[in-house]
Amino acid sequence: MSIEYLGLSNINGPLIVLEGIQDAFFDEIVEFVIDGKERKIGRIVEINEDKAIIQVFEGTENMSLKNTHTKLTGHPMEIALSPDMLGRTFNGIGQPIDDLGPITSNLKRDVNGLPLNPVKREYPRNYIRTGISAIDGLTTLIRGQKLPIFSGNGLPHDQLAAQIVKQASLGDDSDEEFAIVFAAMGVKHDVADFFRRTFEESGVADHVAMFLNLANDPVVERLITPKVALTVAEYLAFEQNMHILVILTDMTSFAEAMREVSSSKGEIPSRKGFPGYLYSELATIYERAGIVAGVNGSVTQLPILTMPNDDITHPIPDLTGYITEGQVVLDRDLHGQSIYPPISILPSLSRLMKDGIGEGYTREDHQDLANQLFSAYAKVGEARNLASVIGEDELSPIDKQYLVFGKSFEERYIGQGPDENRSISETLDLGWELLGLLPREELDRIDTKILDKYYKETKVDENITATSSKGSVANADLG
Amino acid sequence: MNNTGKIYGINGPVIYLKGNTGFRMSEMVHVGKEKLVGEVISLDKDLTTIQVYEETSGLRPGEEVVATGDAVSVTLAPGIIGNIFDGIERPLEKISETGGAFITRGVSVDSLDKTRKWQTHMTVSAGDYLHGGDIIAEVIETTAITHKCMVPPNMEGTVLEVAADGDYTIDEPLLTLELLNGGKKKLTMTQKWPIRIPRPVHHRFPASVPLVTGQRIIDTMFPIAKGGTAAIPGGFGTGKTMTQHQIAKWSDADIIIYIGCGERGNEMTQVLEEFSELIDPKSGNPLMDRTTLIANTSNMPVAAREASIYTGLTLAEYYRDMGYDVAIMADSTSRWAEALRELSGRLEEMPAEEGFPAYLASRLSAFYERAGMMQNLNGTDGSVSVIGAVSPQGGDFSEPVTQNTKRFVRCFWGLDKSLAYSRHFPAIHWLTSYSEYITDLGGWYQDNVSPKFVDYRNRLMALLNQESSLMEIVKLIGSDVLPDDQKLILEIARVIRLGFLQQNAFHKDDTCVSMQKQFLMMDTILYLYKQSRALVTMGHPMSVLKKEDIFERVIAIKYDVPNDQPELFKQYKRDIDTFYQTVLEKNA
Repeated sequence: MSIEYLGLSNINGPLIVLEGIQDAFFDEIVEFVIDGKERKIGRIVEINEDKAIIQVFEGTENMSLKNTHTKLTGHPMEIALSPDMLGRTFNGIGQPIDDLGPITSNLKRDVNGLPLNPVKREYPRNYIRTGISAIDGLTTLIRGQKLPIFSGNGLPHDQLAAQIVKQASLGDDSDEEFAIVFAAMGVKHDVADFFRRTFEESGVADHVAMFLNLANDPVVERLITPKVALTVAEYLAFEQNMHILVILTDMTSFAEAMREVSSSKGEIPSRKGFPGYLYSELATIYERAGIVAGVNGSVTQLPILTMPNDDITHPIPDLTGYITEGQVVLDRDLHGQSIYPPISILPSLSRLMKDGIGEGYTREDHQDLANQLFSAYAKVGEARNLASVIGEDELSPIDKQYLVFGKSFEERYIGQGPDENRSISETLDLGWELLGLLPREELDRIDTKILDKYYKETKVDENITATSSKGSVANADLG
Repeated sequence: MNNTGKIYGINGPVIYLKGNTGFRMSEMVHVGKEKLVGEVISLDKDLTTIQVYEETSGLRPGEEVVATGDAVSVTLAPGIIGNIFDGIERPLEKISETGGAFITRGVSVDSLDKTRKWQTHMTVSAGDYLHGGDIIAEVIETTAITHKCMVPPNMEGTVLEVAADGDYTIDEPLLTLELLNGGKKKLTMTQKWPIRIPRPVHHRFPASVPLVTGQRIIDTMFPIAKGGTAAIPGGFGTGKTMTQHQIAKWSDADIIIYIGCGERGNEMTQVLEEFSELIDPKSGNPLMDRTTLIANTSNMPVAAREASIYTGLTLAEYYRDMGYDVAIMADSTSRWAEALRELSGRLEEMPAEEGFPAYLASRLSAFYERAGMMQNLNGTDGSVSVIGAVSPQGGDFSEPVTQNTKRFVRCFWGLDKSLAYSRHFPAIHWLTSYSEYITDLGGWYQDNVSPKFVDYRNRLMALLNQESSLMEIVKLIGSDVLPDDQKLILEIARVIRLGFLQQNAFHKDDTCVSMQKQFLMMDTILYLYKQSRALVTMGHPMSVLKKEDIFERVIAIKYDVPNDQPELFKQYKRDIDTFYQTVLEKNA
């Protein structure tokens, strides 16, 4: 039945125009054969009667207006699904690139997915222990959550994501099936290698499906990579009952690919040249996290994005923050002080945390303790600002205590080794120990009963600062 | 015979039809073989433009588009309350029964259950002359809400016959009306109303009664009137949704319409779960019995997101017509504005500021102006209050949506990032927020709380303002060098911030606070200020005053005094007197 069309009308960047086609539909996938040998695929992004604008995934190199044969496939972008996809490596559009042969399965799904009905969602409540104090204690990751890492170029977001993968996968409840779907969009070869090595070293390599669109791979391909990866994740989670952690890196490349394609389509740009549908497009990716009621599986997303020029108000992190359920923000200053992981506590947030912690989940004091640490650390910032104006010596005694608290907090609570895996009670007890550096009347966010039970004044002595600075030197060596 | 056309072009949610189709503006159409729902948004001699409320992938040029003859409208009848709909009033429960966990395309379900029988009590009899809006029957819709069936607004006539009280579905005729032109019309419980047209009212009242929310920073500092409009702008993580949830839970409106417009799916699930469990303290019924949810999450089609706001408003106006006070939570109006921008971009319209279409301001004003305290056509009074969250890009309030919203709302609760970072919730900043209702509502406070209420409120605001100017100095030279009377102002302002403005949504007594307790808390704080100032004037330094724990105890009032034991406040006044004596004696 399939008709082949010879020749094209127009080629512009990744987009081509084909005229005179019949019975094509919006979003349909087409196949190209160039000079009778090279094969590419593309997607119809706009259609006007018999004229279609097609986005070519592998780039338009070698294509001319004459040498291309086009064939309609009759279906939207689909991927064959099978549990065997774990342990395999694919390119950005889901074709195997590990020489282990194609995925054979009759089950094919449209990669665009469908919105999950809110009445069929289950509100996420089970926390994932990552072993990292700054996350477990203050921005707890919940199963079924989407919690992005906002980072900048040169910050250790990859190490942090790798550490989370290592420590979360080897959690206490290992009786449940756990797997990782890794999607790389426009990342460097080294980064992809780093993740591959980490997965191998931590022994999870056969539980990982990797989708790689590297920095020198075609830009358009990137637009489909997260969708392919999430289709696989949804299949494994909701049909194979697995708990899936999806790592998407780097969302900034994805958004920039969108801008590139949008501009070659001649669309009207909105903020910073990004198309008006950036929010909707990001949302269709991030919203594919969650738990379906009655299914014993979940999709948890850990997208990584590099903030251009470390600017959190740039449209990409900004829109992401409005869709995701919190964010973990990395900070260049902390990184400069060799504190790993350099998580900037104040702008970091986990929206689902409040329902997944406390009695029955972690410990009764968790929420109050976290609030107090946030509030106290905010005051540290004020005291530091003041100190930079009037000098540290002129500060009031209480402000000086805050400075001591701030230093210990950064070095001992936020800072930890890249292989250090702390239990929840270690994290919480450490929090109380640090709060002990402050007088009790400063702790205004904690219920009196909890204060009575947990608060103990910590003697300020030289040892604390001495040992912790040693600790951070050790971290720097390892990092 | 309905008009039809053939698809010519497809670009995302927008499709084009060639030729003069005879379609009308805003008419609802069915697109393609799967009968996707769409709306006509622009007409030209040879081009018709339609926005489609569902995912358009798979559509082909040449497929048929059929007009329905009606504008995009909602079905109004019992069964709305307690339900959850998508942006064009399709019940999500029903969709999940047919389509499973994911929302498939072209699902055809009735907005409301047509088989359920409602116990109906007729309130008119044969021979009555009825006008548009008159109530003809009452139906117990939920334990909290009695649904009043009305004559559609544009109809009047004499009742010929009336059905007996009994159980009826929403489509069974309840009475027959003889119209002025002699025609006969059978009326059922059901009405249809186009979502973009406000339902008519008799006239509008000025604001005079507050919407009591149980949140101190709102009720005392920046109140909203019933029938009023408020905006909550704030960057991500500052607590817009949390504030909306708190108001939806605790405000004294009869009905809440919660519109999740382009927001997170998990949040809607949370509202559904939580509101089904929580009990309304006033009526003792589950909160869901007075709530309707409209969920158009961010991954659902963008055109339906644009419509969801109007769907919510129309449902609210319908219940207002029955004489109820309805409050709309729109979370978030920025997503709606962005949907406008996205569609406008697809239509290749000339963009104005930041890519938003030039008609952004007029759409926003039309939206907020549908709020109000009204006398309805049937003589009852009802109100629609609109509380819209705004998600400014980059948390910057100078962007077009926040700025245009500010022009049309009278109450502005500005959320502040630094407050949120130090986990001061609600993070509504007292210096950037305002309410124009405070003078309109003065009379109500005087009659219902205390004649001193507004005065006390203004004194707290004055102290907070003084604190902010003193902080400028403290930032430069530290607080130690301030004179004691200024140190006292800082201390009292701290008590106000921590003990009064900050409110813990997870604490059983603090999550919702009665007006009386709010007043007594202010009273206690100001009494503490008065006594401490007397001590400071006598020359006692602040360091001595602060040795006593009275300041911390006043801060803890919010936790220590339950809402129903106002008599405990007397003890605090006695304690303040004791504190006064102790300081005097110790330092005599």
